[in-house]
Amino acid sequence: MQDSQVINLQQITKSYDMGGVEQVNALRGVSVGISKNEYVAIMGPSGSGKSTLMNIIGCLDTPTSGLYEFNGINVSEMNDNELAKVRNKEIGFVFQTFNLLARSDALHNVELPLIYAGVHSTERKRLAMEALEHVGLGDRVHHKPNELSGGQRQRVAVARALVNKPSILLADEPTGNLDSKTGDEIMVLFGDLHKLGNTIILVTHEEYIAEHAHRIIRVRDGEVASDEAVTKRPALA
Amino acid sequence: MFFLQELKEGMLIAFQAIRANKMRSVLTTLGIIIGIVAVTVMATAIDGLDKAFEKSAKAFGTDILYVQKFPWVSNEDWSLIRNRPDIKPQYVDVIERQAKLSAAAAPVVARRTTVKNGTFLFEDAIVTGTTHSYNEASGNTNIDGRFFTAEESDRARLVCVIGATVGEKLFPTGDPVGQTILIAGAPYQVLGVYEKQGGLWGRFTSDNRVFIPFDAFQSRFGSRRWVTINVKVADIGEMENAKLELEGIMRKVRRIEPGKANNFNINAQEILTQTFGRFTMVVGAIGLVITGLSLIVGGIGIMNIMFVSVTERTKEIGIRKAIGARKRTILMQFLIEAAALCLIGGMIGLSISFILVQVVSNVFELEASMPAIVVFIAIVVSLVVGVISGFLPAFRAAKMDPVEALRYE
Ligand SMILES: Nc1ncnc2c1ncn2[C@@H]1O[C@H](COP(=O)(O)OP(=O)(O)OP(=O)(O)O)[C@@H](O)[C@H]1O
Ligand SMILES: [Mg+2]
Repeated sequence: MQDSQVINLQQITKSYDMGGVEQVNALRGVSVGISKNEYVAIMGPSGSGKSTLMNIIGCLDTPTSGLYEFNGINVSEMNDNELAKVRNKEIGFVFQTFNLLARSDALHNVELPLIYAGVHSTERKRLAMEALEHVGLGDRVHHKPNELSGGQRQRVAVARALVNKPSILLADEPTGNLDSKTGDEIMVLFGDLHKLGNTIILVTHEEYIAEHAHRIIRVRDGEVASDEAVTKRPALA
Repeated sequence: MFFLQELKEGMLIAFQAIRANKMRSVLTTLGIIIGIVAVTVMATAIDGLDKAFEKSAKAFGTDILYVQKFPWVSNEDWSLIRNRPDIKPQYVDVIERQAKLSAAAAPVVARRTTVKNGTFLFEDAIVTGTTHSYNEASGNTNIDGRFFTAEESDRARLVCVIGATVGEKLFPTGDPVGQTILIAGAPYQVLGVYEKQGGLWGRFTSDNRVFIPFDAFQSRFGSRRWVTINVKVADIGEMENAKLELEGIMRKVRRIEPGKANNFNINAQEILTQTFGRFTMVVGAIGLVITGLSLIVGGIGIMNIMFVSVTERTKEIGIRKAIGARKRTILMQFLIEAAALCLIGGMIGLSISFILVQVVSNVFELEASMPAIVVFIAIVVSLVVGVISGFLPAFRAAKMDPVEALRYE
């Protein structure tokens, strides 16, 4: 095990009791290690457990059994407040459905993680502006989500995910709700972020999206089916 | 620092949420509005009545006993006391001679009539006949000028002392002292004017009265059946004994056999104070019940709408949790929203009460104003109701599972 490992999953299982004897085993012993500045794609058929795995990595969910170390710290032993702090400071989440606050403008949406981190108002505004400019939305800061295109919304979500300078960026089908052109633009952004030193894990159904990554983990029925480096790289537009 | 950031964010969210559902929010606070109106109006009314009563009660004097045909406050059968003999002004001499614990006694009779000064009229004047002893044997004090003397009173001189309202009405510009007014057609010289007393419509105070010598009153208006004898007690610490002594004298005068009931009453201010105290207590208790009920109903309404709000915003809660909001943060957010809702209700209630108090005090000519403490209590009460009724919904929001909340559509 290298000491630059950000994520270390050992025999992670997740099962849901459906009442009575029935039980859904969403994850059946997943062991994965992910190092700093890796760019990993997770693929697999629908219902294979990708989102479940992402939620566990993102500290939104806790595994039924197994060991999860984040930056060398055992996450399984953390309480709710500590998990909230990890989500706030160490993890940036990007969702398929953007998940922005509808009543707040882009700037406030991006400020939110900083508010929960207790950052002072002026500093907060500055950092949020910076993040929005970084994703190319410096001129849209006071637009509400419904005044932005899908691609712009996802950029706001990326800015929000990055504003606290997290250790990893998690994206669960970030291009799933976008047309292929806008999706490609987001992927270019991810590529840039990776070059700047960010660690990225993304879930996708599309082979050509996954090929932006350097490593593809394939999941089937709650288990890792394959885990290999990408050799063929697509030419970026 | 941390807390302040979250508090500010919580208030912003509450503001946005309430603004997004203006109508629903206002309707929800109806119960709170009614509760706050009830508590503030009731408290203002009691406060106003208290003050007015205090002024009126002062006019009766704390050390004056009133010998009268009937009790001021009674639950006796009216038919039993209806046929009592009249109080006669002649008793005054007997009381003055025999009552060692009393300092002065004055007969008092009154009737309502119109008094005039040229074209200035006052139709509601209570012309009161009494003797010079009244100056001592009454709660009315502070005369600008003087009361009539024993000689003026004994000789039934046409002189008078007027109340403040009478003075204002008949002499809107000048000083009444030394002037002459017409009472039932006869001219009376004004010797003095009483200081304004206020109270309940000036009914029980000197404000609406014109005092003239007892004999002048009788020769003008005939002898009256309703005579009161005011008796001033020499030492206020001896009130009870003075009253017993007076009772004994009256029983002797009336030749009442031992064991038989009195056929007169000795009244005192104390009776009014006690009765009024009971009255305000009842008003207060009714107010408290109405307030309590509407606040409970209002609180349940708030709780209900907060549950709706929490469910509607499940996704938002999930998003906030995903980016680092702690349980405490979410809890506080919804508590603030509930408190803000109630505060809005409280403010609306306060405004309604304020208008209500203005209207009522104008219509009934009462000096009533909302005391600052009532405003403060209203605000605190609405905040407390908000926090209490918001707690369960807020707690439910706080303990939501982030993954499930995010999946909610
Ligand atoms: N809360 C839950 N209760 C019961 N079963 C669940 C729950 N969440 C997920 N599952 C089950 O776990 C399995 C994995 O679900 P998951 O959402 O991780 O799949 P996925 O790989 O992300 O699928 P997709 O590609 O469609 O998003 C599925 O069979 C799903 O039905
Ligand atoms: Mg999924």
